[in-house]
Amino acid sequence: MSEGRPPGTLAAAWLIARKDLAIEFRSRTAFLSALVFAVLALCIFYFTWDQSVVPAADRAPGVLWVVLAFSGLLGLQRSFSVEEHDRGIDALLVSPIGRESIYIGKAVGNLVFLCAIQLIAVPALALFYNLAMGRALLLVGGIVLLATIGIVAVGTLFSAMAVNTRLAELLLPMLSLPFFVPILMSAAQATTLVFAGRPLAEAWPSLRILIAFDIVFLVACTLAFPYTLEE
Amino acid sequence: MTNAQVSDAALSKPQAPPRAIFDWFSAIAALAVIGIYVRAIYFTPIERLQGAAQKIYYLHVPAALGAYIAVGITALMSLVYLWLHDERSDRLAEAAAEVGLVFLTVVLTTGPLWGHRIWGAWWAWWDMRLTLTLFLWFIVAAYLVVRGGIEDRAMRARYSAVLAILAALLIPFIHLSVYLFQARLHPMPVVLKPDRPSLPPEMLTTFLLSFAAFSVLCIALIRARYRVGVLRDMAAELAS
Repeated sequence: MSEGRPPGTLAAAWLIARKDLAIEFRSRTAFLSALVFAVLALCIFYFTWDQSVVPAADRAPGVLWVVLAFSGLLGLQRSFSVEEHDRGIDALLVSPIGRESIYIGKAVGNLVFLCAIQLIAVPALALFYNLAMGRALLLVGGIVLLATIGIVAVGTLFSAMAVNTRLAELLLPMLSLPFFVPILMSAAQATTLVFAGRPLAEAWPSLRILIAFDIVFLVACTLAFPYTLEE
Repeated sequence: MTNAQVSDAALSKPQAPPRAIFDWFSAIAALAVIGIYVRAIYFTPIERLQGAAQKIYYLHVPAALGAYIAVGITALMSLVYLWLHDERSDRLAEAAAEVGLVFLTVVLTTGPLWGHRIWGAWWAWWDMRLTLTLFLWFIVAAYLVVRGGIEDRAMRARYSAVLAILAALLIPFIHLSVYLFQARLHPMPVVLKPDRPSLPPEMLTTFLLSFAAFSVLCIALIRARYRVGVLRDMAAELAS
């Protein structure tokens, strides 16, 4: 990027993502709290079922998706609230970059943030629930990535909307969770099949919903994002 | 849309205060609904298998129709708003959403009552329509909460329009994932086919009349609620 010329859409998006991740890397407060929340919730869920009735391996997929959804919300909340201090969002708006860049940049930042949490939470689940660590875990990683893209696509947009309302963070779960429903249902079903050692082809209908969701909502939310900024 | 445009639109409307909220249209709708229940209770035969419980259908199904009409209007008007930035479409979307929430609540209350009697269970997650209606309820509720949380009129209109359009995209996904969920894990109801093959003519007539009555009721309520919106915006205009 040369001096004086505004960066292209993706270059600007990358700058914003890098800025958000640098802030997060230096403070680590949101990351640590979301991570501790996720691992703690995994442990607590272990004790909320009777071990003799439902084996740990059977409830692992459900637990994983509940925990990922809520820890994801913790990460998403911070995405636009960091811009509210000192009105950082105004600086972004006056900078010579497209509004799509702001959305894509924020979404990439959130994706990295959530994936970093999942990189620890998923192995922790395998550890605590005594699951197979091999190929299944890799496949689950792929499902988690697909689902996280969808979560981030809608979550980033709603995070931008929520900070501008009187309810602020309270609104984000109410807005996002209905949109997470198809993601969580499909992802949990695919994860159940993978942990049960079924062939991947059986999980294909669920994966197809995830992929379609990602594409539809990435496009729709990128188009809708400029409407959520102050004019 | 700038603030100047907003106030222009508000000022260009006739300044005479709208007439009282109670109007003939609503009165006709109320009478039609009363007429339907007199007919449904006294002049429509009792279903052989389900007994009197089936009569809840004359409330449940038309309420669902009303809810879908209202929610459809909200989605359509949101699209119109983002396109034309006309304040009236936003107000209509708001009115329809609120009426939609009422109808959805009726559907969600009467559904379990009927299900408890006939299926033997209050709630049936494998019933696609019930599950979909529940999530629709959550979305419409979130839509109205968003509206309540924003002071600025233009911003409120933009945000809620975006939310309504995204929600319209979401519905097919929820439908698909619920379908996949129930297809894998649960048998479809076999005790009773939800879509009965045929209805005796009296029941069919009552059904069709109840659809008509509830459509009129739905439109009457949206119309009344729209007028409240006009009055509210005029009051805000006067206060500022």
